[in-house]
Amino acid sequence: MATPSDRFYTSTHEWIKPQGDSVVVGISKFAVDELTDVTYVEMPAIGRKLVAGKAFGEVESVKATSEIYAPVDGEVIEVNQAVKDDPSLLNQDPYDRGWLIKMRTAATDFSSFLTAEKYDAAHPH
Amino acid sequence: MSEQKKTLRTPFYDLHIQTGAKMVDFAGWEMPLLYRGIIPEHQQTRSAASVFDVSHMGRLEFRGDGAVDFLEHVLTRKIRNAAVGQSLYSLVCHDRGGILDDVIVSRYEKHWLMVCNASNREKLLAWFSRHTAGYAVTIKDETMNTAMVAVQGPKVIGLLDELLPEPVSDLKRYHFKVQRYLFFSFTVFRSGYTGEDGVEIICGTKAAQMGMGFLFKQGKIPAEVPMQPAGLGCRDTLRLEAGMPLYGHELDESRDPISAGLSWAVAADKAFVGSDAIARIRAEGPSQKLVGLLVDGPRTPRQGMAVLSGGKPAGVVTSGTAGPTLGRTIAMAYVDAPQAAAGTELAVDLRGAATRAVVSPLPFYRRTAAS
Repeated sequence: MATPSDRFYTSTHEWIKPQGDSVVVGISKFAVDELTDVTYVEMPAIGRKLVAGKAFGEVESVKATSEIYAPVDGEVIEVNQAVKDDPSLLNQDPYDRGWLIKMRTAATDFSSFLTAEKYDAAHPH
Repeated sequence: MSEQKKTLRTPFYDLHIQTGAKMVDFAGWEMPLLYRGIIPEHQQTRSAASVFDVSHMGRLEFRGDGAVDFLEHVLTRKIRNAAVGQSLYSLVCHDRGGILDDVIVSRYEKHWLMVCNASNREKLLAWFSRHTAGYAVTIKDETMNTAMVAVQGPKVIGLLDELLPEPVSDLKRYHFKVQRYLFFSFTVFRSGYTGEDGVEIICGTKAAQMGMGFLFKQGKIPAEVPMQPAGLGCRDTLRLEAGMPLYGHELDESRDPISAGLSWAVAADKAFVGSDAIARIRAEGPSQKLVGLLVDGPRTPRQGMAVLSGGKPAGVVTSGTAGPTLGRTIAMAYVDAPQAAAGTELAVDLRGAATRAVVSPLPFYRRTAAS
């Protein structure tokens, strides 16, 4: 699965896709593969204010539990109910149907994040 | 510990890569974590048959007139009366009763074989070499000269009865038999670490590669054989459902066999390293006991998380997982002895959220009797 180049990546394995005044956040294929079969995703409540770099949720697998970090400051406006109901969506399709949350954010400059190319170079698969 | 060492590879390394395994470092070995996924491999083992490369486990040979006496000295289990062809689960403890390793010893005609944990092999070798004075015993580490596979699942015995030169269905549990094929010999043990029926096979590395060559065609087991490779990932979820302890989680040098619920593997009628300390713990009763926990909700307790009773610390989680066969969250934990009875309501501190956990008898999963 190619790492999509239409979005940005963090060193803690989240992806962030800008969409107007909001962003969609998920976790990378590399992170999902490291976790193995996902069994549970802890999502934040809609309306919760997130702080960049702070954990907002958890992904649990049969093997490990990992925190998910907010890439930018902002407010949760939507969570992916389909992933809550069927966490294996994360394994199947981490970049599309496996998105985690949408945030409203004032952030406009994403140049400090990694491009797909740089992320892949750091985490070969 | 020693500085960075070269990662070790089993004789099946190339096969793992060919099969597309996700490899991980395990106790210094490059091992397959999974091939297709932990959950499908878990279910494959419960419903049909899986083959696991467990060649990373230590294989130590004991020979000489003093081998029996030496093993009686360092093992908690009484092994003297074992028959040739019999295997026994035992512990190796230090003077204060703490567990150095859990092992399986097997009596061959002229020697004994000990299978130990990969992570403890070098520690055990050093420990044994400090205790051999006065015993006519030679210890040989055969780990690198041999391979070991576990074949586990309800269809295994029927399958192997057809595939191997001699049937395995007449082997009793914890018994083994040396079989021969052409000029190779290999040992088939009726044992395992999954909660399923099955065998573990040990043989020389050449024979092992040849045997796998028969099984795999172009890096795949043909679809008509109801057996697939499975990795260490599901080995962990399988053993946890089966309530079996894992060294480094349920067992370590700070825990003793009585607290771990393994008093059946400790002889009361012989002296061995640690016997005085363990007898004292047995007489006084352990302060904590290993228990199973059925945990509410979908979140998984992990090693090191606190167990609470009435909001106060009452123990610590050693392992946890979302049990794929059970369809619910399970854990093992050491809890204060008064809280260890089955049915006791406790909680696990899941990162600040006290989550209800009920003490459950082990194992969580028991296979239905063979038909």
